[in-house]
Amino acid sequence: MAEPDLQALRRQAVELRQDILRMIAHAGSGHPGGSLSMVELLVGLFWHALRHDPKNPSWPDRDIFLLSKGHGCPALYTVLAVRGYFPKDELMTLRRYPTRLQGHPERGSLPGIEMSAGSLGQGLSIANGIAMADRLNKRQRRIYCLMGDGEIQEGQVWEAAMTAPHHRLESVCAIVDANQLQQNGPVKQIHNIEPLAEKWRAFGWHTIEIDGHDIGQVINAYDEAKTVTGTPQAIIARTVKGKGVSFMELNPAWHGVAPKPEELERALQELQRAVA
Amino acid sequence: MADKPTRDGFGEGLLEVGTNNPNIVALSGDLEDSARAVWFKKQFPERFFSVGIAEQDMIGTAAGLAMEGKIPFACSFAQFVTSKTLEQLRMAVCYQRLNVKVVGSHGGLSVGADGATAEALEELTHMRSLPYMTVIVPCDAIEAKKATIASAAHPGPVFLRLGRNPVPTITQPGDRYVIGTANTLRNGADVTIIACGIMVAQSLAAAELLAKDGIQARVINLHTIKPIDADAIVRAARDTGAIVTAEEHTVLGGLGGAVAEVVVQEHPVPMRLVGVMDRFGTSGDPADLLRAFHLMPEDVAQAARDVVRAKKDAVGSRV
Repeated sequence: MAEPDLQALRRQAVELRQDILRMIAHAGSGHPGGSLSMVELLVGLFWHALRHDPKNPSWPDRDIFLLSKGHGCPALYTVLAVRGYFPKDELMTLRRYPTRLQGHPERGSLPGIEMSAGSLGQGLSIANGIAMADRLNKRQRRIYCLMGDGEIQEGQVWEAAMTAPHHRLESVCAIVDANQLQQNGPVKQIHNIEPLAEKWRAFGWHTIEIDGHDIGQVINAYDEAKTVTGTPQAIIARTVKGKGVSFMELNPAWHGVAPKPEELERALQELQRAVA
Repeated sequence: MADKPTRDGFGEGLLEVGTNNPNIVALSGDLEDSARAVWFKKQFPERFFSVGIAEQDMIGTAAGLAMEGKIPFACSFAQFVTSKTLEQLRMAVCYQRLNVKVVGSHGGLSVGADGATAEALEELTHMRSLPYMTVIVPCDAIEAKKATIASAAHPGPVFLRLGRNPVPTITQPGDRYVIGTANTLRNGADVTIIACGIMVAQSLAAAELLAKDGIQARVINLHTIKPIDADAIVRAARDTGAIVTAEEHTVLGGLGGAVAEVVVQEHPVPMRLVGVMDRFGTSGDPADLLRAFHLMPEDVAQAARDVVRAKKDAVGSRV
């Protein structure tokens, strides 16, 4: 397989950030901070690690991507559109009635959306169930479940984190978008989750810790996870909420508020300079 | 036939559907013996999954299995599989409209000695409020087995409420069982008693007591709370003009509430709701508890006498 063109992927990430912000601004509501922090994690999947076919979204052997932190869906919708799952102009229907682009993803609403989400903490259990079915169906493929660092405060996550290693679900790869903030402030202040990598390791997961905005590290992590047998893998991605826009980065105010037109303009110009 | 628990009927039904369909799987939160999923587990260990004492995880895992074409039966005590799991049942199962069967054993007071925290008394209210959820309360082991088999064939989420203790057999092996179609077990023109679960037997006994007073009661086994058999209810309201509901469950929003919603909108008649009066259960011998919580045939009969009197008063006031 050809070496990934990291420079091209970095440029792709910038364009995705612009599309995400345009989309949220047009909708008038949405979650920019947590959408921007997960861009490289999605690029690493949908341009490299994930075995998928936009023209065949029901391909039975496809890898499964579960967006457990459903409020990050503007990022997923944008990636799916750019990859060809549905027309790009449909992105501007986010949150409008009637729309296929629900405020939080709805299974079956749109090609590429595998799981309804929005109530946090549920995706990892679902990932495990799919892996168990795959074992019975003798199907070999990978299941990726993306969660937030606030989200992993939910107890159900840790129930599922015990289940996967117990049942040796090596096809499950959990990804934590550890962007450091939750809705009302820094995770460290609200409800500390550290030491995060040690927790997953202690639960029996092959744990990889990376800079979640370094596309090379992201790709290497996915590649390493694929080589692991006998136990599930956890990728702890250290990220920045609001990444790419100076006034959004690590600013809790941008958890769930849409940029106004002048804010959008400033953000787009900043991002444009990044690819210049 | 000797008394038999409805949970045993489920256990047999699960084994039968599991034998005929390789896509049937079962899960439990470490209560597979109590919920009688253990017979399936012994026969098909590769198709049984325990998640330990983690009901929210169990429901999510069942959802994942259903997404890949399996028909999961997720089993625990009724209280534990419906309350703390309500959010998972709502989003992962019902909003995604997945083919997950939720099996709650030890429903109601007849759990007995374990007491309030194990005695599920509000779960019918919670379960029927979820879109796409089918809610079934079989009255005996024979019906429980049929309901299990029917649930496996039914496309979509199902909640099956079962009991711990042996109960008398009321239905016949040859009786037709259809999800959503109530069964009239006794005909009568003066009042209708609509019941589910163990209260069906109590209601039949109540009908005998009422007959001695010259009151002829129709008794309907409304085994499916949702989708509700509105036709049977409206016919009863029209034919008998007075309705009693009876359930081993709170009077707030369960069988009684569901029937009342139909009656009040389609054909209002006086009603009385027999059930647990908005309180928690307690430890005791099941027979003592049913007496203490007023779920005996005499309690159902008294409610029927009250509602027949209310019917006569209403007619009288119009004359």
